[in-house]
Amino acid sequence: MAASTATATASAVPQRSRLARLPVVAQLRQSVGLQRGMLVGGLVLTGIFLLTAAFAPVLAPYGYAQLRDASGSFGAQQPPSAEHLLGTTVGGYDVLSRVIWGARTAFLVIVVAVVASILVGVLLGLISGYFGGWLDRIMVMIADAIYAFPSLLLAIVLAIVISGGQSSMWGGIFAAALSITVIFIPQYLRVTRSEVIRIKSEAFVESARVIGAGHVRIMTRHVLRNSTRTLPLILTLNASEAILTLAGLGFLGFGIEPTAAAEWGYDLNKSLSDVTAGIWWTSVFPGLAIVLVVLGLTLVGESLNDLADPRLRKRAAGPEPVEDLGVELPEQQEGER
Amino acid sequence: MNDVVEIRDLTVSFATDAGQVQAVDGVSLSVHPGEVLAVVGESGSGKTVTAKTILGLLPETARVRGAVVLSSKDGTTEGDVVTMSGARLRQVRGRDAAMVFQEPSTALNPVYPVGWQIIEGLRAHGKYTKAEARAKAIDVMRRVGIPDPEERIDHYPHQFSGGQKQRIVIAQALILDPGVIVADEPTTALDVTVQAEILDLLRRCRDEFGAAVVLITHNMGVVADLADRVAVMYQGKLVEQAPVRELFATPREPYTQQLLAAVPRIGEGLARAHERAARRADDWAQQTPVVQAHDLRIVYPGRFRRPDFVAVDGVDLAIRPGEVLGLVGESGSGKTTIGRAMAGLTRVSGGSLQVLGVELRGVHERDFRPVRGRIGFVFQDPATSFNPLLTIAECVAEPLVVHGRAENPADARTRVDELLEAVQLPKAFGARFPHELSGGQRQRASLARALALDPELLIADEPTSALDVSVQARVLDLFDELHRELGFAALFISHDLAVVDMLADRIAVLHHGKLVEEGTGDEVLGSPRDPYTQRLLASLPVPDPVEQAGRRAEWERLRAAEA
Amino acid sequence: MSVAVDTPPETTTKESGGSLGRYILVRALLIIPTVFILVTTVFLLMRTTGDPITASQGGRLPPDQLAERIHAAGYDRPLITQYLEYLGGILRGDFGTTLSDRRPVTEVLLTFGSATLELAIYALIVAFLLGIPLGRLAAYHRDKAPDAVLRVSAILAYATPVFFAGLLLKLIFSVWLGVLPVAGRASTRAELTMQKLDNPTGIYLIDAIRTGDPAVIGDVLTHAVLPALTLGLLTAGVFLRLVRTNVISTFGAGYVEAARSRGVPERRLLRKHAYKPALIPIITVIGLQIALLLGGAVLTETTFEWKGLGFQLAQYLQARDFVAVQGIVAVLAVIVALTNFIVDVIAALIDPRVRY
Repeated sequence: MAASTATATASAVPQRSRLARLPVVAQLRQSVGLQRGMLVGGLVLTGIFLLTAAFAPVLAPYGYAQLRDASGSFGAQQPPSAEHLLGTTVGGYDVLSRVIWGARTAFLVIVVAVVASILVGVLLGLISGYFGGWLDRIMVMIADAIYAFPSLLLAIVLAIVISGGQSSMWGGIFAAALSITVIFIPQYLRVTRSEVIRIKSEAFVESARVIGAGHVRIMTRHVLRNSTRTLPLILTLNASEAILTLAGLGFLGFGIEPTAAAEWGYDLNKSLSDVTAGIWWTSVFPGLAIVLVVLGLTLVGESLNDLADPRLRKRAAGPEPVEDLGVELPEQQEGER
Repeated sequence: MNDVVEIRDLTVSFATDAGQVQAVDGVSLSVHPGEVLAVVGESGSGKTVTAKTILGLLPETARVRGAVVLSSKDGTTEGDVVTMSGARLRQVRGRDAAMVFQEPSTALNPVYPVGWQIIEGLRAHGKYTKAEARAKAIDVMRRVGIPDPEERIDHYPHQFSGGQKQRIVIAQALILDPGVIVADEPTTALDVTVQAEILDLLRRCRDEFGAAVVLITHNMGVVADLADRVAVMYQGKLVEQAPVRELFATPREPYTQQLLAAVPRIGEGLARAHERAARRADDWAQQTPVVQAHDLRIVYPGRFRRPDFVAVDGVDLAIRPGEVLGLVGESGSGKTTIGRAMAGLTRVSGGSLQVLGVELRGVHERDFRPVRGRIGFVFQDPATSFNPLLTIAECVAEPLVVHGRAENPADARTRVDELLEAVQLPKAFGARFPHELSGGQRQRASLARALALDPELLIADEPTSALDVSVQARVLDLFDELHRELGFAALFISHDLAVVDMLADRIAVLHHGKLVEEGTGDEVLGSPRDPYTQRLLASLPVPDPVEQAGRRAEWERLRAAEA
Repeated sequence: MSVAVDTPPETTTKESGGSLGRYILVRALLIIPTVFILVTTVFLLMRTTGDPITASQGGRLPPDQLAERIHAAGYDRPLITQYLEYLGGILRGDFGTTLSDRRPVTEVLLTFGSATLELAIYALIVAFLLGIPLGRLAAYHRDKAPDAVLRVSAILAYATPVFFAGLLLKLIFSVWLGVLPVAGRASTRAELTMQKLDNPTGIYLIDAIRTGDPAVIGDVLTHAVLPALTLGLLTAGVFLRLVRTNVISTFGAGYVEAARSRGVPERRLLRKHAYKPALIPIITVIGLQIALLLGGAVLTETTFEWKGLGFQLAQYLQARDFVAVQGIVAVLAVIVALTNFIVDVIAALIDPRVRY
């Protein structure tokens, strides 16, 4: 009988196709049951979000600051109807359009926030973890201090600084984005740093040191590439926090003027008084939009995290390759000798 | 009297991403009461899975067919573990069969005192008052050899040494007086001297407690020391089964023969050593040593008021060109530290260490860097020796690129192919990733990388300790062959005297950072002078039951003399 | 007869039980640089675009009046002088005086702090009561229906902004169903009753109990339900996921399998072996949740007009009183640092590896 499937002989290693090796696709195939459901659900929601942000001008029936059209002004606080599927706000804007345009604003905030913090945070984490010493200790202390600070409060302070209050679209976006950046740089730093420290003492890094490779080569070729395991989760967390903070700022009155762009938090701020009067459509829809986007992002992040951590996975990746010793096995025997 | 355990036609497979993987394939075994059955095999043999089925400890992803009939110690009840209900299974675990694990530090919960953990097993099977339970726990702790059990019963696991932790784990297994104890590589994580003690304890489990022992191991010396019967497994199948003396004296199956032939024995290296000595030039002894250490001290500074840890304490040694020095010691002896210091990975605190003419104490990296091209290093763990994101060819080409012999890995391809061939790996492996190679193949690739620049000094830190016996034999043969061809000087670090004996011209023994013995294989292994070396040698089990029985008597004598 | 020959690990050079004392000392000392960094960050951030007066009154006053005010408040002095004065003030406990109503920030803190404290405690109770047992349940039923439901619920709780959750709850319970009050901490009548006590604590539940009037107690409680739930659910979700992950990973530890091999029942394994060691890292994270809680408190208080520190902060923001904002934020930073320290000490007390 041929050798069992547990051994991988000289030529029998299956090559997975290039497509199958792409990051998310690989995880999709690995996941099973609930994990797969979560991942798929998250991807769908995120996909809808991205499409809405991209195609806002096409999808929205009206502009975000539009108060009237050919048949007259919209009127304030109108309940949902045929012309305004989700009703109008207290200011007279169309709720549906502002929800759709709001996706675009949210997307911009995420992009700015994530790009800024990931670059700086990962780089600092790499340097701090690799070189250690007093530089590392100081950076860790600063990072811990900032990390523990309530992010919204820091965002408020930054918002004041950057925009002095309500402002243009880019002012508002930058205020939210940069405050998130400040909060998240320590997160990326800590996560990257702990991975770097772990990798630093692995044999292959020491091997590079023995060979005599320079620091830069070791850091880029060996350490950095292997330290990115937990980044997807932090990235989705980062994106979620960005949206939540933007909304929070808007809610507190630091949002973006409606004439400059649509922003979900601002709409919720304006709708606070509506609620007591029983007007629900001005708050429920923007709020729901926030919930769905963050839900989608977080689901993706959680499932990627689950799959990356071998302890949380349900089954193994495959058999360990074993050397072929070229030994003949005895004939299958019925009983004992 | 019935068999304590009867395994009938057991088949186990696991669900993995790559499909179903067969771990055990139609195995039938019995364990007689009060005997020690050793189940031997290498990676992928299925021995651990087989043993775990006795206690029903397989994960959910396992599919089990066949029967595993477990009887109680007095033979009155029995049941098939494979089909047993959860409640019945819990009754049977601990009471009829108990398990001893490989890593004592992970088998004990760090946040509860050891006494609590011992008593827990007791209370899962009957009603005992606190006082009764405590008394039983203290008693069993004393019987496994923990001093002052009345006091130590309230201590936490981290307050015990590795060997003591393993004794506690055995105590947990013994407290309910089970009919069979399944010991999964119980001594693999322990030093040789401690291993001898634990094996002795397991023997007492059989003699004094009347428990059968299913001993899972890949170490033939341990088998020769402890087992009554042996079952050999390979790739999930049972290859051979016989009483221990018969198996060692006249193995019937080719695999068993190969396995036994691959086990390094002390004294075998003698012929090779003589041969090597004959090959050397006449003025060899006068040449400048490649490595010279004088009163070498390496100290790890303590933190937070913890005292400094002296890893290496005043060691003198020298390695001449083309010579292989075997550095032997247990954990904490400082052998790895010395190897790392020679490679420039660890700083020298005192004394002098000269490598290829460069003094390493207080050296600056820029002065040492040119010399690095003349040193090669092989690491212990094949799993982490390579960057998982680079191909083998890229990894092996690294020294060539760093030292300017090639622009990039693609450029170095011819030389890489040459090297791969030299270590008996097909050229196609260059395009593979490390996780696609087996442990032995990775270690050979590691050798290829270390030899890329044709070094004058090769440092090998326990290069075969993580490998199976058969694979180890091949890698050691390869090492010997390459040494013959290329003539580099080498420092071979190992905890295994027998392995070192196969390759080394001279052997140095380290104990707690001090060099206690040095000389040729003949001298150190034939007539050791230092008591520690003597104890080390006496503790090392040889893969020959008859001889081992005699050595055990000698070991017991030595131990009694020390008491 | 000689027994074990092996030697115990390096801790034979015994650090006495003072290792705990040393740990506490080190952590206490670390508060100082932490607070320093935070307070400095706030100061620097606020000053990067000039001074608070310009920021708040910039467009509204003619330049000469502006310059006069700036000079009177001392904002035109060199930055270093201002900074040192700021630090000095903090060391004395003086966090500045608000612009809009001329009160020392410390007085604001004392007046409104108790309301926020009360809300925070309610929220933490909700979070503990819901998050931790449910997290354990989710771990126990890993990957089955209860786990799925709980995990998604926890993520939903995180995804819902605090103010939106508050809005929805208000909508449902106060407006449509009308069973709970819309806003505030208590009705005016109840407040008046409580104010008549000697030394009101400011914590309404305690004061209400002290009045002995069941109507007042009921009133306070019904007002507290929605805000507590709103803030608590968010934190509960975080705890749930944390407990779940930690318990799952300790459940996979070697010692759990070892105990299982001795016939210890699964429930007990979960409770004693997986659960307890998992709690230690959770306690550390709880410290970080305090920060989250404070941020959420600002939003919750605004949604429910709960007159605490967060609500005041929002008011000051509306009034563009940035001195007040800076002061309050700095105070909160100090509180966060102190809380983290306490939490770290508690975690150390529980972990025997640090104690012995």
